[in-house]
Amino acid sequence: MSRTAQRHLLTIDDLGVEGVQRILRLTDSFVEVSERRIPKVPVLRGRTVAWLFYEDSTRTRLSFETAAKRLSADSMNFSVGSSAVNKGESLRDTVQTIEAMGVDAIVVRHKSAGAPKQITQWLDASVINAGDGWHAHPTQALLDCYTLRARLGGIDGRRIAIVGDIKHSRVARSNIAAFTALGAEVVLVAPPTLLPPSLVPFDVTVSHSIDEVIGEVDVVYLLRMQLERMHEALVPSLREYTATYGLTAARARRLGPDTVVMHPGPMNRGVEVAADVPQMPNAVVTDQVRNGVAVRMAVLFDLLATEADPVFGDDGEETDA
Amino acid sequence: MAERERRRTPPYGGVFVARSTVLDADDIRRAIWRMGHEILEHNQGDDQIIVIGLQTGGVELAHRLGEALTEISGTVPPVGTLDVAFYRDDIGLRPVLPEAPTEIPDDLTGKIIVLVDDVLYTGRTIRAALDAVHDFGRPRAVQLAVMVDRGHRELPIRPDYVGKNLPTRRDEVVNVSSTAVELGEMHR
Repeated sequence: MSRTAQRHLLTIDDLGVEGVQRILRLTDSFVEVSERRIPKVPVLRGRTVAWLFYEDSTRTRLSFETAAKRLSADSMNFSVGSSAVNKGESLRDTVQTIEAMGVDAIVVRHKSAGAPKQITQWLDASVINAGDGWHAHPTQALLDCYTLRARLGGIDGRRIAIVGDIKHSRVARSNIAAFTALGAEVVLVAPPTLLPPSLVPFDVTVSHSIDEVIGEVDVVYLLRMQLERMHEALVPSLREYTATYGLTAARARRLGPDTVVMHPGPMNRGVEVAADVPQMPNAVVTDQVRNGVAVRMAVLFDLLATEADPVFGDDGEETDA
Repeated sequence: MAERERRRTPPYGGVFVARSTVLDADDIRRAIWRMGHEILEHNQGDDQIIVIGLQTGGVELAHRLGEALTEISGTVPPVGTLDVAFYRDDIGLRPVLPEAPTEIPDDLTGKIIVLVDDVLYTGRTIRAALDAVHDFGRPRAVQLAVMVDRGHRELPIRPDYVGKNLPTRRDEVVNVSSTAVELGEMHR
């Protein structure tokens, strides 16, 4: 397998099972680094990573930024609100301007699906997808896999319910890909209006009742109701959504003692999840955030630090022991 | 040479063929015992010693050295491991091995650190290890113990405790296991 071919991280499918497992293994090393007194290693010294966020983000952006700093990379911050984009600069001109200043990787979040892929056509730098439209959010899926692996010891054979607004969710698409690639059984729980028009690409089952699945799954993965992406009446009201699909306190009590509750954030407390559920011992929401940094360190390291083939170095230089 | 270099890094990728045995199991045991005495003598019975084995070749030696120190002095020194992959100057040319974790038993500030590796060659691993150690605290002193010093240093680094000084050619390979130190070559 040629490792040098993999320069971008756009989707979980691009990464493949082997790639996902490689990142999860690398993450172990970076979790250890993150626990050190000085949680910083010099692996990406002299490398520059630029953030290109056309959409709001708190945790993904901070998480990537922390990851880059812990690897000693320099980062270049681009905030769309105060940039030439407001003067009508195109995406292509913007990324080429950034690249001309010398960057090794661009982390992109964009409201249009496929924007990161498009950018790869214009650049030599590595492109990392930090969320594009409804399409994909691979680092979120990787950190969820890592969190689950740490909590349950493995993902293979586990039953995972993904509950909520699947249709508008890039997190759901990437997580379905990652969970099924690692051997989990995924059941989608949502009203028909919040399911994608076709489920053919996914190896999943569907249920329209959270009460039917809640007692028999290992993981309940709640999605955020994406109010900003809903332009039509897909649910009668948020209150009715909560009553039929929310993880209320009453439903939370029916969870098995080892059932894990996850949420990618930001949470609408009182909508898809009751206010105090994220504080339950079953909930791993803060673990997800913490592991996010280590996973993104692994992703940056995988793309930027291993230009030469990691198994057979290409320069034949003599090495010491 | 550590296991992973032998297995994965050219020009060594190939099969190690031993030409001569430099130390046998008894020699190694005596060398570890002597190095234990030297460490205690040099540090005048200081009980602030932490032994750290470099992944992967130095780990077993570090544990054996720790046992020797325990037997000689009666106090048990903490033994840790350190993977310097993230600090190397040839990063990216080698794999990061998840089975080679870093476990530092304590805050290193004020302690005497004895780094342990199997073979000292160019000194680049030790350079990386010195950087890494300082991310875990500010040790009072860092000392270096190696089973074999084979020469060819590329950096101003020297060992404090040596099992065996072994003059070598650059194209030779030194193989250290728990029972023998052998000198030989890699055959493709």
